[in-house]
Amino acid sequence: MRFKKEFDFVGVSKYFYTISIILTIVGIICLSVFGLNYGVDFRAGSNVDISTSKALTSAEVQPILKEIGIGEDASITPGDKRINIRFTEVLNEDQDHALKAAILKLDKTASFEINTVDTEMAKELGRNAIYAVLISCIGIIIYVGIRFEWRFALAAILALLHDAFMVITVFSIFRLEVDLIFITAVLTIIGYSINDTIVIFDRIRENLRFSKTKTHDDIVVLVNKSVNQMILRSLYTALTVFIAAFFLYLFGGESIKMFSLAMVIGLVFGAYSSIFIASPFWVLLKSKQKTQKASNPSKV
Amino acid sequence: MKRIITFIVTILVLSGVMAVSSPGLLDKVRLGLDLKGGFEILYEAQPIEAGQKVTTESLNQTAKSLEKRANVLGTSEPEVTTEGANRIRLKIAGVTDEAEVRKKMKEPANLTFRSANGCKDATDFCKIELLGSDFKENGAEVRYNTLNQPEISITVKDKAKFAEVTKRLIGKELGIYLDETQLSAPVVNSELTDGNASITGNYTMEEANTIRDTINLGALPLKLTEKYSQSVGATLGKQSLDKTIQAGLIASAFILIFMIGMYRLPGILASFALILHTWLLILVFVAADFTLTLPGIAAFILGIGMAVDANIITNERIREEMRNGRSVMSAVKLGNKSSFRTILDSNITTIIVAGVMFAYGTGAVKGFALVLIVEIVLSIATNVYFSHFLLTLLVKAGLLKKPKQFGVKESEIRAL
Repeated sequence: MRFKKEFDFVGVSKYFYTISIILTIVGIICLSVFGLNYGVDFRAGSNVDISTSKALTSAEVQPILKEIGIGEDASITPGDKRINIRFTEVLNEDQDHALKAAILKLDKTASFEINTVDTEMAKELGRNAIYAVLISCIGIIIYVGIRFEWRFALAAILALLHDAFMVITVFSIFRLEVDLIFITAVLTIIGYSINDTIVIFDRIRENLRFSKTKTHDDIVVLVNKSVNQMILRSLYTALTVFIAAFFLYLFGGESIKMFSLAMVIGLVFGAYSSIFIASPFWVLLKSKQKTQKASNPSKV
Repeated sequence: MKRIITFIVTILVLSGVMAVSSPGLLDKVRLGLDLKGGFEILYEAQPIEAGQKVTTESLNQTAKSLEKRANVLGTSEPEVTTEGANRIRLKIAGVTDEAEVRKKMKEPANLTFRSANGCKDATDFCKIELLGSDFKENGAEVRYNTLNQPEISITVKDKAKFAEVTKRLIGKELGIYLDETQLSAPVVNSELTDGNASITGNYTMEEANTIRDTINLGALPLKLTEKYSQSVGATLGKQSLDKTIQAGLIASAFILIFMIGMYRLPGILASFALILHTWLLILVFVAADFTLTLPGIAAFILGIGMAVDANIITNERIREEMRNGRSVMSAVKLGNKSSFRTILDSNITTIIVAGVMFAYGTGAVKGFALVLIVEIVLSIATNVYFSHFLLTLLVKAGLLKKPKQFGVKESEIRAL
């Protein structure tokens, strides 16, 4: 086989580890200082989205709220022909009705989307989301552990947690709203991230079968070769899904904008981590095994 | 020759079926509330009397009564489902007066028969003797009494209990309350052993009918509190649907152009498989009567992105084999075979995540996960098996024999 000049992915991984560690620390600081901007799903309260034929301003809406006696601390975000009002209290039916009637007086064609979540429910949704992430991880560890080996599983989990955390960090830094759909996005990113990682790991496993790796350097060469073989596929897939998510973000309905944005960010991190985090991390784990069991190197 | 015919017939028949059925199919897809407007409420049920438990039976009973009410109010396709141990989810589409419906849904929650036993005042009916749940479902009827006045007759479930109450209260008033409103307060004349009672008063026929309906509907065994609600205006729903479909079409067009530009003829086959995949997904939606929601569409479009992955993996693999100097035939064979395992592994891990989402999610998350799972399964059928089938047919027919047709340059090929 002819030697082709290959990029040393494992070699440069220490820089990317550093970047990821810095980002993680930034994320931890950000999350502990600012926390997340929870949407109505997790914080309880009511969220009112109004689509109008003309632009409404906060100044027009404020007196209405005052008259009804709600939303002293409501945040009003006007947009292009739509306006969002976020109440920290739960709107009751009468208030809901009064608000609609008042807005309809301003604009006859107004259309509403109102979401209300009770505090208790909000807590439960949050709890379920955490369970979902943990159980997904366990499921993946079991499956990858059986189909591959535990080192691959561990490296894959590290990468997917990294990706999920990075998306959460970005949302925390930019104060983007976190709602139930965001959790779906994070879980989907986990799904994609693992998908991407597994495809690369599959190639590493395949190459391992035909090689006699003895030293740390052998493993590095093998992983570099595998990643080089898969890099195009990784980029193409990431690109196509990225484009899909990006178009959804640009043109899709208002309520899946945040979902698409999370996907766009997550996909970038997913492709990055499979190459620069998961694969080198597997090398790290595998080399440890090699030094202990140098006499039995072919076990995969 | 036979293979070329098989290929052409397969493509033509499938294209024809898809073209003819698509418009009808698309119309039949059931749209979620976020796409056509309507509202959804999640109720938490509590027992009417403190200290009692919410049973599966009473929960189902409550759900049934809710559905009945929604039907009486003339809403289209109300969807009532129980969730967990004490929750009921109600979805109603296309309602003009939402507030009214909402009020009606839980209004006659408490039908009670009360006595003044042990109360401060004789007119202060403080002791609840019988509950709405003690009365037979649909047991209330309007009839004319001997004075030709309408009266409402009701039937209790437990005759002995009713007999005991009426025996104890002979000569006393038994107040009939709907929540805190007194409907009537007849004096008990004798012990009622047959389980029937009638409510009399100076009612008009219309009033009597209203009371009857309220009592019949009012037999809600549980008290409901709204825990979560979402309401979407019809215009807003339509807007979301249009925008998202438009975004989806743009994304899909881009993906197809990318596939064809990148992989040439196999790319065209892959595009066909992708279109088939989308059509099958819609078919499954209609056949299984799933509801399509906005997150569902998101999963739909992203799933296409993922299905593309299967095609990319296969085609990249085939190209790689060709660059390694294999013949087109053996490159396709090997590429198909070895890519299959990779695709399966990567898709199963995603199914695991989607499965967890389905198990732990509610509403929108569940819908999203469901679409993702269906898509992955369909993707393996269409973008793996069907794609492979078409490709192999063409290769065996001799129509695909140059690496160039796969987008592989001659200069890239090295000796095996």
